[in-house]
Amino acid sequence: MKKNLVSIEKLSFDYGKESLHKDINMEFARGKVSAIMGGSGCGKTTILKLIGGQLVPKSGKVVVDDAVVHEQDRSGIFNLRRKMGMLFQHGALFTDLSVFENVAFPMREHTNLPESIIKDLVLLKLNAVGLRGAHKKMPAELSGGMARRVALARAIALDPDIIMYDEPFAGLDPISMAVICDLIRTLNDALGATSIIVTHDVAETFSFADYVYFLADGVVAAEGSPKELLASKLPFVKQFIHSEKDGPVPFHTDAPSYKSDLGL
Amino acid sequence: MVNKLLNFFEQLGSGFRARLIKLGAGTRLFFLIIIYSADSFKRIHLTIKEIYFTGVLSLVIIVVSAFFVGMVLGLQGYYTLEKYGSSEAIGVLVALALVRELGPVVTALLFAGRAGTAITAEIGLMKATEQLSAMEMMAVSPVARIIAPRFWAGMISMPILATIFSMVGILGGYVIAVIIIGVDEGAFWSQMQANVDFHNDIVDGAVKSIVFGFACTMIALFEGLDAPPTAEGVSRATTRTVVISSLAVLGLDFVLTSFMFV
Repeated sequence: MKKNLVSIEKLSFDYGKESLHKDINMEFARGKVSAIMGGSGCGKTTILKLIGGQLVPKSGKVVVDDAVVHEQDRSGIFNLRRKMGMLFQHGALFTDLSVFENVAFPMREHTNLPESIIKDLVLLKLNAVGLRGAHKKMPAELSGGMARRVALARAIALDPDIIMYDEPFAGLDPISMAVICDLIRTLNDALGATSIIVTHDVAETFSFADYVYFLADGVVAAEGSPKELLASKLPFVKQFIHSEKDGPVPFHTDAPSYKSDLGL
Repeated sequence: MVNKLLNFFEQLGSGFRARLIKLGAGTRLFFLIIIYSADSFKRIHLTIKEIYFTGVLSLVIIVVSAFFVGMVLGLQGYYTLEKYGSSEAIGVLVALALVRELGPVVTALLFAGRAGTAITAEIGLMKATEQLSAMEMMAVSPVARIIAPRFWAGMISMPILATIFSMVGILGGYVIAVIIIGVDEGAFWSQMQANVDFHNDIVDGAVKSIVFGFACTMIALFEGLDAPPTAEGVSRATTRTVVISSLAVLGLDFVLTSFMFV
């Protein structure tokens, strides 16, 4: 068994004419919680989409469980995706299905389990995220934090090897945030899964992640355990971790001189 | 001047190209639907649920409109035919107008407005809220699960709705002509029976409604999938569904009529 379940090798990706990633290398170790951090729009979510095979890299490759993702045909990609669970930024629950049916969805699609077992499994998963009591509700009746926990229960419905989180903390109150942090760590360890988190919340991520990658300007600017990064002297990492508003990442976007824009 | 002319040609070219690309994408979507249909029929309850939404729930608007259209036809037809002393032919006029033209066309227009917009808005919002992406990531094809059931529901509902429209319309004509104005009932029905041909009128009308059903459903599905994932994008796509469906129905109606009845 290889140590890394997911590895990204020399990956480049373009969005239209703009190049987003340049020769990125990343390794996601089995059983660990890894985080990809960086400012908004630096292509963090795109990496998750590349791992899930929703996008195709310009060059380089993403290897999941010894299979190169973009070389798979459709059924190959679907087989890989069955090993993955993904939590979308806003949950992406199916609004026409109840909480119970949302969590049951992957089981109904991919297994032939009898109804009684599906019911037990769904309640088990919902219990793991603390929402067994809400199984009859519709997604519209849930708060943002609850919706994300239901989506998490759905993402782990088939006990995936890889769990990916796209901005799991965005827009949550402090309590829900703490709950999600705790769930990510516990579920990862309980399921023996490998977790990849895309986020820009430093404090939360550093409190439980095993390994962190920093993305900036399309390259990996820094990587290491949270401890190593806290001690890092790199200007970008310092600016990001201590949320300083000016530094290597400028406050102003590129623009002609202020004077000429005001016609002075 | 030269620049303006060049600009004009550039815009013409890029507009044409953009539409061509959309046509290609739409055709591709159609083939995907066919490929994934077998998969989708395994969960037949999805298609049945959609037939309920697009078909059964459209019944009220279809029946009420048909009744009024039939009554108007009865009135207008009677006043015109009476001038030539052939008011008994009112049954034929009402039936032919409905079966050949108004049944399929008006049903398709109402269908685009009621079911088509609902399909576009629903799919556009599903896309905007990442529900389609989530489904893809769960290794479930949205085409099999979301698109194909709606496509077949539209294809099945539309001809049935058009048939119901024609029947209720004829009933409306009957109420006006026979019950209210007092045209001879026997003449009303027997002339209709003698002059409405099964192959040339009823089958041709059914073919029209199938073609319109295909056009309206495909346009609604495509616009939903093609909508930019924003509030503005979905609202524009919904508008486009109605506009393009209506134009397509009227245009196709002319083409089909010129092949069928000339």
